[in-house]
Amino acid sequence: MKIEGQVRIPSGCAIAAVISKEGRKMSGEKIIRAMQPMHDRSNGLGGGFAAYGIYPEYKDFYALHLFFDCRDTRKKCEQFLKERFEIVHSEIIPTRKIPAITDEPIIWRYFVAPFQSALASMQLDEKEFVARSVMKINTDLPGAYVFSSGKNMGTFKAVGFPEDVGVFYKLEEYEGYSWTAHGRYPTNTPGWWGGAHPFTLLDYSIVHNGEISSYDANRRFIEMFGYKCTLQTDTEVITYIMDYLVRVQKLTLGEAASVIAAPFWDTIEHKTDEIDKQKHLYLRTLFPSLLITGPFSIVLGFNGGLMALNDRLKLRSMVVGEKDDEVLIASEEAAIRMMEPDAKNIWAPAGGEPVIVTVKDGAF
Amino acid sequence: MMQIDAAGLEYRELNQQLRRCGEDCLLTGCCGQRFIGTGMAEHQITIEGVPGNALGAYLNGAQITVKANAQDAVGDTMNDGRIIIHGNIGDAAGYAMRGGRIYVKGNAGYRAGIHMKAYREKIPVMVIGGTAGSFLGEYQAGGVIVVLGLYADGKKIVGNFPCTGMHGGKMFLRGSCETIRFPGQVTSRPPTDDEMHELETYVNEYCAYFGGNAREILTSPFTVITPNSKNPYKQMYVTN
Repeated sequence: MKIEGQVRIPSGCAIAAVISKEGRKMSGEKIIRAMQPMHDRSNGLGGGFAAYGIYPEYKDFYALHLFFDCRDTRKKCEQFLKERFEIVHSEIIPTRKIPAITDEPIIWRYFVAPFQSALASMQLDEKEFVARSVMKINTDLPGAYVFSSGKNMGTFKAVGFPEDVGVFYKLEEYEGYSWTAHGRYPTNTPGWWGGAHPFTLLDYSIVHNGEISSYDANRRFIEMFGYKCTLQTDTEVITYIMDYLVRVQKLTLGEAASVIAAPFWDTIEHKTDEIDKQKHLYLRTLFPSLLITGPFSIVLGFNGGLMALNDRLKLRSMVVGEKDDEVLIASEEAAIRMMEPDAKNIWAPAGGEPVIVTVKDGAF
Repeated sequence: MMQIDAAGLEYRELNQQLRRCGEDCLLTGCCGQRFIGTGMAEHQITIEGVPGNALGAYLNGAQITVKANAQDAVGDTMNDGRIIIHGNIGDAAGYAMRGGRIYVKGNAGYRAGIHMKAYREKIPVMVIGGTAGSFLGEYQAGGVIVVLGLYADGKKIVGNFPCTGMHGGKMFLRGSCETIRFPGQVTSRPPTDDEMHELETYVNEYCAYFGGNAREILTSPFTVITPNSKNPYKQMYVTN
């Protein structure tokens, strides 16, 4: 494969999301439909979806989705898992054979619970233990990649156009209260199965349109805290940054958005709300290496909600609309209209202005 | 008038049908098809539904009317003709526009009028009825941008960093603009009598397309922004 410099691939990418604030379940057909008018934003080198609320029967277990290059790798990985987790159920993820999706790896899912004895001996809480186990597999087990590791959620991704990836994974058979989707147009990095979006860790998933100029600065900083960037593309670092800021540092989503899409110093200086000004000064001073520069529009999915965010210069497009209890988000209004033709209150959030939607208490 | 049902049509096929039709045309059921009317020199195209990005790119004299919102890069590098949007437009509207006119009933996204330019009789005009996002008129080199802020509800009618890198053309903003921070290389001032006459033409046309009382709109104070020609190369993005 030619790399950037040998060939110039113009940037594109498409993102979309839909969430029911009532926690009402929707099949995957709706979000697949959203990707159709944005077909030309992708080039067939990656498509994927994240779905929340799809595994109610295993909701107390971490759902690990894995790619393996061969049977031998799977056996090795299962041995590793068995030493650390109780595996309550494991199976091949059902797929359809279609001409548009080829060269698929071996794709399995495992519903697991960490052994209490393992947590006690490593002195870790459950989530940190799962996160470290994911990093260990992705780093130390060649040919095995965990591409989803949250509870009651899952990501589904492949090399192909997103509409085809949805058909491949039979997403019409899943019911979730929140869905995100991505069509990929890789610019600087290879188009491979592990490099398709969403990028997930625990229940955080990221779909991203753009490219991160600050990638290496961000990567060097985040790798000091045990995260390993192994997937050969920039977006995964956003997932780890959000996990670090929200789960580990316990920032609110809004504060995390102010770290990664911080306003210019000049804009902060001219703020009239003194408390807001001090907050931004504090966050920019404390986390300078986590400012993400370059164009991005992202949707962060998590259990019970999602957050959409543009870079501070708004170098990528993103629109938001509403229909009854649903909030719809996409790179283009046409995608929203494909999901809900009569969507209301269509608006474009400003650069750095997070849109946070949560499902009402107890509904997921 | 011909009618084309755009539902499910791919953009190439849609544009080919549009070119073949040879008369005024109504497109129904449009949803995200890009490049509609690219380079077309004649006839009126009316669009129902949301057209895709780069609507009327390189437009060369045709008139496009959209009954809904439009997406990004409306009128990219357009040369002549008119685009009339009965809703809002996305980012980078009128990108490198070099002639013709764009009228938007509602709001514009980021970077409206980026790198508009003019040459002799070719003077592009963009009239935005609502508010405009940040970086309005970025690198503007010519032409006219008007922002009326009709539905602003007391909020600022333009976002942050308007006129960054502006080095030609002119901008009319409704209101006295005291809270808006402009860069050092432009000057803001009230319009002259001649400029008020010029503005009247644009506002009359806006009201003819979308309704509203032109006289009432024109009783507000306006601010004109032009590059400071005394020292055009001092500090565009950096001090030099």
